[in-house]
Amino acid sequence: MGFLGLERWSPYVVGAGIGVLSWFAFLLSDKAIGCSTAFARTSGMLERLFRRAKVMEKPYYQKFVPEVDWEWMLVVGVIVGAFVSAQLSGTFHLQWLPDKWVSAFGATPITRFIVALVGGIFMGFGSRWAGGCTSGHGISGTLQLTLSSWIAAICFFIAGIGAAMLIFQVFAV
Amino acid sequence: MLSRLHTKKGLQLFLGFLMGILFGFLLHKGGVTKYDVIIGQLLLVDFTVVKIMLSAVIVGMVGIYVFKALGLAQLHPKPGSVGMTVIGSLFFGIGFATLGYCPGTVAGAVGSGAMDALAGGVVGILIGAAIFAVLYPRLNKVILNKGYFGEVTIPQLLKVNEWVVIIPAVIVIAVVLFWIEKTGL
Repeated sequence: MGFLGLERWSPYVVGAGIGVLSWFAFLLSDKAIGCSTAFARTSGMLERLFRRAKVMEKPYYQKFVPEVDWEWMLVVGVIVGAFVSAQLSGTFHLQWLPDKWVSAFGATPITRFIVALVGGIFMGFGSRWAGGCTSGHGISGTLQLTLSSWIAAICFFIAGIGAAMLIFQVFAV
Repeated sequence: MLSRLHTKKGLQLFLGFLMGILFGFLLHKGGVTKYDVIIGQLLLVDFTVVKIMLSAVIVGMVGIYVFKALGLAQLHPKPGSVGMTVIGSLFFGIGFATLGYCPGTVAGAVGSGAMDALAGGVVGILIGAAIFAVLYPRLNKVILNKGYFGEVTIPQLLKVNEWVVIIPAVIVIAVVLFWIEKTGL
């Protein structure tokens, strides 16, 4: 269990592993690894609970049909895989506040919850606007040398670095 | 190509789940399911995220293009435009810094017990995606197609052989990673 039970692996081992995993996604499933479409489909599925067939009047859900597909199962698998890794390394625990958050902004869970919610809204909105996220554009797209993905990855980091610097400069206590 | 395999729907859902487990396992072992590590990257004090992404790109890129040359795989480049890719990615980046996870790592964070990722992050991403679905028809008419360049790859754009881009890209990325290690980041 030694290696599998380690808390952290070298980032190069992890990166190479994700690279090899992307080979299998292309070979066995004819897919590129990505995560954000699954969230859009889930939103559509939730909306269907309330509005039934009317959901399909939205052109976006005609393009991305609210159904369980390969990528949706991938995202569910990510939750399971991270859980297994955390269990094997004995680090699984419920945590409301990340350490770095507490040291910068204090230990009020509701503040973190609201900021995470707002951040999530920007992220869900932005990833669907850009047509991909850090996985779909940032890894799968860049490794195919896709022009849009290289532009997206660079813009993710420009805005991310700028916003993080600003947030930690202005609001940190 | 393994096209017969690609058409088996149930099996494909299972394969997606299986690859997701491996992906989540790797993300967690890499430490990137942690807010602290992702924010550390955006504050430029911890380069774990960039190290993982760039080494995945080197290994993935060389493999995929070899498989493509052998007729075993086909590319799936995403379309893009200035209005879509640049503006959307800037929104994404703001969310990246505010949430401290991305759509893949937020799922991994949930699996490792991060409640802020579940109650704030996942719920927020679902709301954000739903807002986009509402605004999509209008955005599509006004802005998403501005400066459209399509599903083009860099070798196609430059009209050169793929390996003319791949080999220098591998060298440049390796140099960048070597430099990051040397700087001690």
